[in-house]
Order: sequence, then structure tokens, then C-alpha cells
Amino acid sequence: MLYAASGRAIRTWIKDSGELCKMEISFLLNGETAHITADPTRTLLDWLREERGLKGTKEGCNEGDCGACTVMVTDETGPRAMNACILFLPQLAGKAVRTVEGVAAPDGNLSPVQEAMVNHHGSQCGFCTPGFIMSMTAAHIAGAQNHDDILAGNLCRCTGYAPIIRAAESAATKPVPQWLQDQPSALPITSTDTAYLPETSDDLAQWYAANPDATLIAGATDVGLWVTKQLRDLPKVAFLNRVRDLQTVTVTGDSIHIGAGVTMNQLLPYLRQYHPSYAEMVRRYASHQVRNAATIGGNVANGSPIGDNPPALIALGATLHLRHGDTRRSLPIEDFFIAYGKQDRAKGEFVEAITIPTTAPALRVYKLSKRFDQDISTACGAFNVTVTDGIVTDARIAFGGMAATPKRASAVEAALLGQLWGTATEAALAAFATDYQPLSDMRASAAYRLEAAQGLLLRYIDDLAGKQTHVLEVSA
Amino acid sequence: MSIAKSLPHDAALLHVTGKARYTDDIPAPRDALHLAFGMSTIARGKILSIDLTDVRAAAGVHSVITLEDLPFDNDVSAVAHDEPLLAKGEVHFLGQPLFIVAADSHLAARKAARKAKVEYAPETPILTIEDALAANSRFESAPLVWRKGDADAALARAPRTLTGSLTMGGQEHFYLEGQVAMAWPQENGDMLVNCSTQHPTEIQHKVAEALGTHMHAVRVETRRMGGGFGGKESQGNSLAIACALAARATGRVCRMRYDRDDDMMITGKRHDFRIDYRVGYDDTGRILGIDVTHYTRCGWAQDLSLAVADRAMLHAENAYLIADMRITSHRLKTNMQSATAYRGFGGPQGLFGMEQIIAHLAHETGIDPITLRQRNYYQPMGSAGAENTTPYGMQVTDFILQDMTDRLLDTADYTARRAAVDDWNRTNARLKKGIAFSPVKFGISFTATHYNQAGSLVHIYQDGSVALNHGGTEMGQGLFLKVAQIAAEALGIDIDRIRITATDTAKVPNTSATAASSGSDLNGAAAHAACVTLRQRMADCLGPLYQTPPEAVRFADDQVHFAEQSITFAEAARICYFQRVALSATGHYKTPDISWDRIKGQGRAFYYFAYGCAISEVVIDTLTGENRILRADILHDTGASLNPVIDIGQVEGAYVQGAGWLTTEELVWDDKGLLRTHAPSTYKIPACSDRPRIFNVALVNRPAPLPTVYRSKAVGEPPFMHGISAFLALQDAVAACGPTWPALRAPATAESILQAVARAQTGAEK
Repeated sequence: MLYAASGRAIRTWIKDSGELCKMEISFLLNGETAHITADPTRTLLDWLREERGLKGTKEGCNEGDCGACTVMVTDETGPRAMNACILFLPQLAGKAVRTVEGVAAPDGNLSPVQEAMVNHHGSQCGFCTPGFIMSMTAAHIAGAQNHDDILAGNLCRCTGYAPIIRAAESAATKPVPQWLQDQPSALPITSTDTAYLPETSDDLAQWYAANPDATLIAGATDVGLWVTKQLRDLPKVAFLNRVRDLQTVTVTGDSIHIGAGVTMNQLLPYLRQYHPSYAEMVRRYASHQVRNAATIGGNVANGSPIGDNPPALIALGATLHLRHGDTRRSLPIEDFFIAYGKQDRAKGEFVEAITIPTTAPALRVYKLSKRFDQDISTACGAFNVTVTDGIVTDARIAFGGMAATPKRASAVEAALLGQLWGTATEAALAAFATDYQPLSDMRASAAYRLEAAQGLLLRYIDDLAGKQTHVLEVSA
Repeated sequence: MSIAKSLPHDAALLHVTGKARYTDDIPAPRDALHLAFGMSTIARGKILSIDLTDVRAAAGVHSVITLEDLPFDNDVSAVAHDEPLLAKGEVHFLGQPLFIVAADSHLAARKAARKAKVEYAPETPILTIEDALAANSRFESAPLVWRKGDADAALARAPRTLTGSLTMGGQEHFYLEGQVAMAWPQENGDMLVNCSTQHPTEIQHKVAEALGTHMHAVRVETRRMGGGFGGKESQGNSLAIACALAARATGRVCRMRYDRDDDMMITGKRHDFRIDYRVGYDDTGRILGIDVTHYTRCGWAQDLSLAVADRAMLHAENAYLIADMRITSHRLKTNMQSATAYRGFGGPQGLFGMEQIIAHLAHETGIDPITLRQRNYYQPMGSAGAENTTPYGMQVTDFILQDMTDRLLDTADYTARRAAVDDWNRTNARLKKGIAFSPVKFGISFTATHYNQAGSLVHIYQDGSVALNHGGTEMGQGLFLKVAQIAAEALGIDIDRIRITATDTAKVPNTSATAASSGSDLNGAAAHAACVTLRQRMADCLGPLYQTPPEAVRFADDQVHFAEQSITFAEAARICYFQRVALSATGHYKTPDISWDRIKGQGRAFYYFAYGCAISEVVIDTLTGENRILRADILHDTGASLNPVIDIGQVEGAYVQGAGWLTTEELVWDDKGLLRTHAPSTYKIPACSDRPRIFNVALVNRPAPLPTVYRSKAVGEPPFMHGISAFLALQDAVAACGPTWPALRAPATAESILQAVARAQTGAEK
């Protein structure tokens, strides 16, 4: 069965065994056109190393956590550092990919980043180095100087990072070489009947309604692991990264409309402007590479109990917009999460957008994790309390990591409502145990989660009072 | 001069361009096979049956190798011959290899390996220290006990005593390059193995055993590792042997690398410890006697555990002169991954125990912890005649921590900062700061005496270029560069003349593991010896030609200097070649003066000690336990540094790794023995922003008292223990929350800190 969409060529390959459908994919690789035929869930990393013979890009973890496989991907939005180990080849269609082999000048001279890494002794064993070079190169081109954030997703076990940061600071003062400035080119995009690359949400809606068992892949930061770690076969997939009309953020009046395909890094500047505390949480959401791929729609749709956006969105009173074919519906986002692994989403229905208010001055989002950066939350709490004349007149408090779903703290809210702000604290603290019976796991015990959640309410009170409340704000 | 120069890592250019070739980057023939292990899914029990039908039928599978297919020895152990490559009828930990799949891709092999149907008769696994003690599950028949003087009598006499117990976690190496090997079948049944290992000779030995051949038929080559940290001393044996067996069976090149999760599920980690102590002391805080007991979880096989536990005992007193001490060590056998070498090799565990004892004593007595340390230090170098022996009977003759401590306290502005921290804590109810100092005295030499030797092979070609071979391996620590600097210095040549070659068992035989921080001491000295031999031969040939006595011929500045004139080194090499001088020489070095009896716990276990000290400052959140290192100041002793920037890199990296061990790096096994933290998503090594924002590292740069190679000292492991100061600072911050000894548990995760805050405040567990 073939789907005509946007008048693009559609071809199907079926192996003699009938098992695998390969597809044709074209992109720029280190400045040269690559036309390849590949399994749609083949990762860029495996293809580079096993077929292309480009061994500079390394596999450290195969799950997007260590950054050794970082490459630079450029599309019309600019260059981005991404993890090649959880990047499927069709996601690159029509884009430009640059690997560590393509960073030095054509005449062999080192780029400013490479030179700085040599001069500042930024490599020891060297295995993580290509990934660092690529993250630093993308940052250099973008003029970014928040090195700690940029490099949070590149692990190094040898250096202790200090010389790498010295190198990044040094390179930042040098001009960006011309040869590193990739432009995406208009290469043909091809779908098959089992791997679909829509250009519009209308096309997606039509296809997904007809193929409700397909897997939708936006950033692949979660689905990538289904393939690399769970070793699952995905017989039918759609890649959403080309659906531009899902990738817009629109501010209208008192609301912000966020397309489901907006990546966390694309959302970040808006959050910094309107919801700085939420933005600070997103700064610590996974890593730079992951935020360059992961979408807000994907983070909501996968329904993880520890997803970091849902508690903030619930506290903001966000509205979720779902679409099935031509039918759309909207619901308060907290109603979407029904039970562990179960969301209010019909087969063939997908998350289209999320709407949040522009103002919530009392919103605070606190992420607790074993490590500050690039870690999954032990618990994530979002508080949004309205105090009028000293009395709590509205309270929206939600946590991730405390229950089977992201969940509102209804009992805590009830204990606060109508009370003088700051007086009902004991009752509210006690109410946490009514709202949440968290699990013990490798991240923390149930007792810690409950106690720390209570601690976050105390922090919130101090925070609204303007006190210094976070260790990240303290210096020696 | 080549030594003492801050030259960049020899492979830096290759690293930053992606051209540095690691084992998995070596191009393989199209028909190469890729291997994966099928792994046990229970921690302990009998294997009733293994059905591999679906494995064999899986896409891309070429063949499956089982226990029955092994032609010769089924063992991968380093020492005790107790570690089968493939489980023999019973399994001892969750993740134990059961069979080998060979397929046409890495992914196909991994997919197929999961398709086995295995039936077990499960037994209750022995997991905790308490389980193991109750079952008397241990290596060696009884705990090892070493004594200096009479600890019981000293404790009985002491005016005051203190008892306590502490625990510390293990640590995953998290080398960025996982375990990997590849084997190339040769004619006549020989085998070439490329692998990421710190110990090529052991791989050679074990592969030969498994193939039923001699070591001369197996050649192992290692160009570089993407990190080792001890994790590639013995843990690569399984992969290399599996590849060699499969290559022998199929006639094809075979490669194996562990996916990260498999790597963490199969390989050993740092040993975790519980340490119980009784301390006798006087009113001034002078320690009179200690009775300390180490309990360590060794996992299912012996591996290097006895030596690790020994080294923990050898560092149980750290930098302190204790008159009477008893050290007892229990090496417990549990149904977990077999714990193995990890940077410091037990030293950090023993040393951490002693530093916690000091911290506890300072809290108990109210004496400033640094003052307390200074009162108990060994006597300084040059204190003639003073009693200055370790608990194992070794005279400490090179102790320099008094001076180093004073210097660091000064440069780090400790006194003012201590006062500022106390001020902060008086005015801040919820965010508390802490600051702490820790010293390290670390013994340098293998306790396995025969390991304290190294060989080298140096060729000078007729064009004056030099090929340098030695038995050490490069894992990022800059060993190859340091040895090249030594060779360049000894030959008086420009370092660019030297090609640093891969470690190769066919060139230098019978190598020791690159471990115990010994790489540059041993291999540098061996290379130096070869260069001295070559220099002598060249001088003997050239001197008469240039009317100069051989002993007056000088090699310097890339030239050979005679009484009246100089020629280039290249010209000198050319002349010597035509004069039929042997321009290839071996060198050998063995560490002098050491002798060690591990059963008695007596002897000169080490040639010398390396020293260092650190100060860390931290802040904690008493509501959530979140915490952060704000500043670290380190002063470290590398003797006369061979390459200061390489040494500083080792110190910086070691501090962060050591702090990681004691803070965010937590290994969690569930009650079935399943390691729940088997990937970077769940096991958290320090990330970029976790390094201290202010990070001052200085070297003492004072020549070693003993004639080590160019008076340098080893650097790999000792600075790891500076991370202890970060832990002690966290505990200091917790102690600001209440009057009770917080007994912070390592690793100091946010949860651990919150528990300790409760103890400090209430004296009770929450």
C-alpha cells in the first residue's frame, strides 16, 4: 500500500525474506552528498562506523548519555550537536551532517576548537574527545559560551573537565572557519510504506489514522533506546522532524501555543522570557544534545512518570491538544495521564500542541536528581500558588517521580487553600503522604522522595520570600 | 632537555581529529564475525538446561560456542583458576556468560544472544556482607590479621576510646571505551590478538591456555585504550579468549565488544567495604592504638581481590604513626560481579577508613581536625633514629606531609576560609557550608614482587630515527610520552625522532600490568637502560673516529659532541651502521630493595611513598541533600615531574574521579542480585559542571629522595584520594546541622546527606 503525500516519490524495497523495508536517504556528509539505502531504524552511528568506515565517531553508551558519538547536524534552523547513537538515518534526510573527520580544514589545518584542545591538554585517553570536539564546534559556530551547559552531555572520565573548559573558553575568542558552515541542501526526500516522512501535520494525521499501529518518532531520544537497548524491531514508523507546522511557538495574548514538535532547546528561550524557573529546570533537562532532539510533544506523549515537563505543565494549567485524522480535542494536561503506561490517547491519535499561560509569576519548578546535569529526576516538583491579601486563593502543585504518573498534590493544595500563606505548612507537609506513595528504586528510597518533596515546599516558601535557596546559587 | 617539559600528549593531534585508532576502529575483513555472550538471568543456581535453538536460528548468526565446544582450558582468571569463561553447570552472578554467539554484526549477535531458553534451579544468592559472614562465604580460610605492637593493651591503657563503623560503596570504572578485543587467526594455529588491555602478557598467557598452545604462538598488541583505571587489568580476558576461540573455530577474524549495559553487568568494579574501628587516644588527641576491621565484598571469583584487600590494609593507617595497631581483613565471597582492580587498588578504601576515624575523633574531642592530623603524622624525613615504622614494619624515611600541609593551608587561605564557613553557617539555616583537609601517603610498588620489573626494546635506524618499545600500555595517562621523553633525554635527541609504538608481546615479553601507578617508573627505567646501552655502543664506535675517549662523547641537543666537533645524531647513526654497530638493544629494570610477606604482613612493601594533600569546600541543602563542591586546592608530590602538565592532568582528573566515588556514583543491586545501575542513565559519574569552579592544583616538584628514573615519582593513583577531602567537607557541612556525629555514609548522595543531617540533629535514624 502506497501513500501519496505532497507529491513526493514513494518507493518500496522488500527483501527476499519480506522482513525488512529499506529506504533511500540523501544528506550531506562532511560537505559531500551521500545517497544511501538503509533500514529506517539503522542508527547514524552504526552506519558511519560499520558501513562508511568513519571510525572517528565513538560509541560510549549507545543510549544518548555519554556524548562520545556527538555529531553536528545542520538544517534550516542552524547547526545542532546531536547523539549519533540514537539518531535514525531517515531523521537526517535533507540535512547536513558533520563528523569529527570533517572538522579540520581541507588542507589539514586544525580548527580553532581542535587547536585549543591540543594546546590546553583537553584529551587524555582521547575516546570522548571526538564528541567534545563536535559539541564545542557546534557551540563555537553558534557563538555560545555557556560551556557547562553545552558540555553537560559529554562525559569524560580522565581529565576532570577543567582543561576542556579552558580549551572551550580559548576557542570562543577565535573566528569560526568558513569551511565549517554547512548549508542544508534540497535533496530528495523519500518515504516507503513502512517508513513515512511527512512534511505537514495534515499528512501525518491522515497517515497515522490509517496506520494506528505505527510508531511515531520525533527526536528518537526515547524510541532510539527501544532499538539500541531493548533490541526491538519497529515494523512501521513515521519520522516527524520534517513537520514544520508542528515546530512553532506562538505567543498570542495571554497564552503560548507550543507545537508538539518543538524541541526542548527551541522552547528554552521562550521559557526564559516567560517562566524563568521552568527554564532553569529545562536547562538541566537531559543534555544539550538530547534537548536538541527531544520534543515537548514526545516528552508528554510517552507518559513517563518521571518526565520533567508534565509537572511544570500541570502546575501551569496547560491544555493539551490531540488530533486524530481531522478530529481535534483538547483537555487539561493532568487528565491525559491515566495510569502507569496508560494515557488518554486513542489509537491513531497524536499530540499536536500544548497551550500554557504567559504569566505565572509564582511558578517554581524544582528538579531533584543524583547529579545536577544529564540525569533523570528522582523527583521533580512544580509549585504555582496564588496568594491574595496573604491568603492562598489558588494552588496548583504537581510532581513527577512520586507516583505512577505525573500527579497533582491535591491534598497539599487543599491544606493550603484559604489559609494564611506560611501558616498551614505543617498540615500541608503532612498531606504529601496522602498524595503520594512513591517507590524505592536505584535513584532514591520512597522515604527520601517524600521527605525531599516536603523540603521543596519549604524551599518554595523561602524562594517566594526572595531568599537564596539553591546550592547552585552559592559560591566559595 | 626532554624531561620536565610540558609537552602535549603524543596522540593529541590524533585524538582531536578522530584519527586515533582504538581496537574497535581497526578495519576488519568483510567476513569478520562479531561476538556476544548469552548471560545468566539469575544470581545463583544450577543450570538445568540451555536450549539454543532460537539463538542458532536468529538472523545473521554464524555459529554458537558452548561449554562443550571449548577445546582446552575454560578459565579467564588472573590468579586463582576459579573463573570459567562459560559457566560450568552453575551460575554465580547475574550476568555470568553462558555461551558465545558469533554473527555477522554486533547487533545481530546481541539480538540472538537474548533468545536462549535457560532453565535454572535457583538458590538464594549471598549478596550482603552480613549474608556472607553468616554463611562464612569467603576467600582464604580465615580473615588475614596484621599486627604492630599490641592494640588490645594500648586500647586498655588509653585514657579514652572511640568506636564506630563506616561503609563505602564500590565504583564502576566507566572507561569511555568499553571492553573490546579482536583475534586474527594465523597459519600454524597461531593467533594475533588486538585488545584494549592494561595487561597484554596476561591476555597472551590466557589465550594460549584456552587454545592449548604456548605463549610464543600468541601475539597481543595494544596501541591504546579509551580509559582503563584498573578495569582493563583482568576484565578483558574473557573477550580476548572468546575471540581467539571463535577465530580458531571459524577461521575468520572475530571481534567482540560489550555493549555498555553488558559491560557493566559482566565486569568487576571497585570493592566496597565496611570498616569497624576502636581507637584509643589521649587528651591531646594523640592516637595510642587502633583495632580496625575491614570487610570487603569481593564478588563471585577471586580475581585480584586478595591483593586489593592487602593494599587496603597497607593504607589503613594512611599518614599517621600508630604505635599499636591491629588490622583484620575479611575477603567475602558474594554472588555478584567479581570486584577487581580500580585506581588505588584498595588503597583508597583503607585510607578513607583512616580519614573517617580522624574525622570522628576530631568531632568527639573538639580538636581541629587538621591539628589532630598534624599531631599524629609520621616523623618528617630526616628525623634520625625516631620510631617511624608502618603497621607492617616498614621504616618511613621520606615523609614530607608536614611541609606540604603548611604550604597548602597557606596557599588555600584555609584559616580565613574556615572562619568564613563558620560565619556562613551561623547565619544560614538551610544551606550549610563545609570545608575539610585530607592528606595522602600512598605506597609505590606492586605487592606481587615479581611484577616490579619491566623490559624495553629500542631500535635506532640508520637514518637516526628511533623506535621505542616497552611493556607499558597507554590508557590516556601519557605513559608513552613520558617514556619517550626519558629516551630522548638519555640519547640526547629531539623527541620527534622517536616513534612511540604499540605495546606488543612479540617485542617485549613477560610484561607486568600497567598498574599500581608504576608505568613510568618501571618502563621509563627499562627504556633508559636500553638507551644507555645504545649510547655506550655508539660512543665506543664514534669516540676513536673523532679522537675522543668514549666516556667524553656527549649526546645532547640532537647532536653527538666530541672533543673538537659535533655531528648530528642522524649522521652518528649512519656512521655506526656502516661500522657494524648493533643499534638495537633491550633494557630491563627491577625495583631494588623491596621484600614483602603478605601473610605475616611484614616487610618493605614499597620502594617509596608518594604524598599529597587537598582542601575542599562545599555547600549542602539540608532540605533535599543536594550539594556541590565549590572549591578545591591540591598540592601533590610527583618528585621531579617528568612532564608537569601531564601530571597536573592526572591530579585534576583523579580528584574528580575520587570525588565521584564518594558522592554521586552509587551502585545499586536489588535483592535478586540484579545490578540496577548498569548504564550512564542510572550510574552517575561526575559531569562537566560537577568539577569545582575554583580548582587550584600545584606540584611540589622536589626530586625524589631515592634514585627513581630522573628522580620522578608515580602519579596515577595517589591523587585519586584527594577526593576524600570533598567527602569530609560534606560531612563537615552536615555536622553544622546538629551536635551528633553525623557518620555520613559513602557515597554521599543527596539521600545519604539528608539521612546524616537527621542523625546530626537528633542522634537517630530517620
